[in-house]
Amino acid sequence: MREGEADPCLYGYSPYRGRPKIEWPDGKTCAVWISPNLEYYELDPPANPHRKSWAKPHPDVVGYGHRDYANRVGHWRMAEMMEKHGFKGSVSLSVALCQHVPEVVANANELGWEFFSHGIYNTRYSYGMNEAQERAIIEDSIRTVRDATGQTIKGWLAPALTHTPRTLDLIAEYGLTYTCDLYHDDQPGPVSVGQGRLISMPYSLEVNDHYGFFIYNMSPRDYADTLIRQYDRLAEEGQKSGTVMCIPLHSYLIGQPHRIGPFERVLEHIAKDGRAWITRSGDIADHFLSHYYNRAEVLSA
Amino acid sequence: MSLDPVYLDYPHRKQGMDHDLYPWSNLFERSPLTWADGKRLLTWIVVDLEWFPITPTDKPFRAPGHMQTAYPDYRHYTSRDYGNRVGIYRLLDAVEKVGARISVAANGAIAQRYPQLIRDIVAAGHEVIAHSTDMNGTIASGIGKDVERDLIAGSLDMIEAASGIRPGGWLSIARSQSFDTPALLAEVGVTYMCDWVNDDLPYAMNTAGGRIINLPLNHEMSDRQILTVQQHSADSYCEQIQDAFAWLDGEAKAYGGRILPLNITPYIMGLPYRIGAFERLLGWMAAQPGHAYATGGNIVAQAAPQLG
Repeated sequence: MREGEADPCLYGYSPYRGRPKIEWPDGKTCAVWISPNLEYYELDPPANPHRKSWAKPHPDVVGYGHRDYANRVGHWRMAEMMEKHGFKGSVSLSVALCQHVPEVVANANELGWEFFSHGIYNTRYSYGMNEAQERAIIEDSIRTVRDATGQTIKGWLAPALTHTPRTLDLIAEYGLTYTCDLYHDDQPGPVSVGQGRLISMPYSLEVNDHYGFFIYNMSPRDYADTLIRQYDRLAEEGQKSGTVMCIPLHSYLIGQPHRIGPFERVLEHIAKDGRAWITRSGDIADHFLSHYYNRAEVLSA
Repeated sequence: MSLDPVYLDYPHRKQGMDHDLYPWSNLFERSPLTWADGKRLLTWIVVDLEWFPITPTDKPFRAPGHMQTAYPDYRHYTSRDYGNRVGIYRLLDAVEKVGARISVAANGAIAQRYPQLIRDIVAAGHEVIAHSTDMNGTIASGIGKDVERDLIAGSLDMIEAASGIRPGGWLSIARSQSFDTPALLAEVGVTYMCDWVNDDLPYAMNTAGGRIINLPLNHEMSDRQILTVQQHSADSYCEQIQDAFAWLDGEAKAYGGRILPLNITPYIMGLPYRIGAFERLLGWMAAQPGHAYATGGNIVAQAAPQLG
């Protein structure tokens, strides 16, 4: 990005109307990916001068306990249900989970889920890092995920959504191909970086379970309806455009007893609809890079 | 710009938790718990009885539901006290209709100020657990171990004086603890606490003060969260609890006994326009096969020998 400028120049302007179509495999109209955030939060993390980790003095028993619920209870519920309906996860991973609860990471890996980095811990923020420090967490992420799963990460979702002006340039330099931190489109598109090729992968804050339950205060059934409407619209429009729908989840939220049942209706709906390419973020990125990146780069130049 | 190098040190980055309070554990790989009479699902109702001084102290923090306007805040002082005069009796009648025995988490001040209420609760066969002194009795790191020890002892003493029974359970205000709380509770013989919401079943913590069971009182399914914070209707609340019931009951068939914790607030659920929906929910649950109502003390007594 262009640091300090009013327009960070992350990408060129390319209107949705009249854009050439993206064809997904097998004539599918909407690429659907589920992104479970598999996270580890620390009980007593060091302070970042730019953002507080917990609302309460440490220990924030409710804040911490709520997140810890994911690794003891929620993940297992969510993962079993996804597997039942044929959804592989694309994991936004606090890579230190590989050390703390390797059982969760191994389970996701055995299920054929993809991993990308969501930082070391969700209680360590990038704000204020110098370049060497930021390189250290990227290198740590690549190494840790490779050691734990054999996978080479292709994507990045900034830890707790904290960025520096150099994050996107650096991840592209390390060979990562997609970022989940930009929310400007329902299709992938090129991102301007110093070197390498980087695309934006449509993630979602709007239909993220955290937003659904804590920003919009939806009931579990309302959230399920929201996801179904989001899908139905994107699948319909995708006949002309080729869309992406991400369902970002936190199992400490969606895996609660009053939410997991209503959520199953969403997976049933999408799985039986027939228009969805039910896939992983890295597969979407690979497909886009192979077939559309160069065209899109020209269009948005 | 750069961060202090310690920000990239990870001293607890190893297998297991980043603290010593309890080990990691997968709910679905534990030995199944069994409940008395072959029940699959026990609904644990916890009703909070809270007295809010009209003079909030804010140390270490102001409790949820506390005074909001400039002094004197008659509006919130009295509408909270409504729960202790009217709402609680509606709830007691409602649970009596289905024969449920519940846990009542009472401030010590409730016992001191309204001993008749505590006697009514005990006479009906319910359990009284300790819920700090009054709603200024919040706990967080920084209040000091001695202050916290006194607060815990004061709360237990006040309830025992009114009920004749030393409480075996503890609920912190806003479930907020210091690093010392589990050990201080265990040290004075409290059998279980309800503050850690990281599980769906009870589990043991081993502290410097001895062993204590954590019986997780789910905060997401509380009436405060669903009705007051998220502002859903009482009917929506009931539908959500029925969905939770159905899910947990299904899981119990495969994985062993489950509990459904319902944290209820008299000044929230005990209002005339909400209580009817809650009564219908209680009746619906009472009619489900494999289900029973239980107090926290009863659940812990059943679970503790099975927890190893």
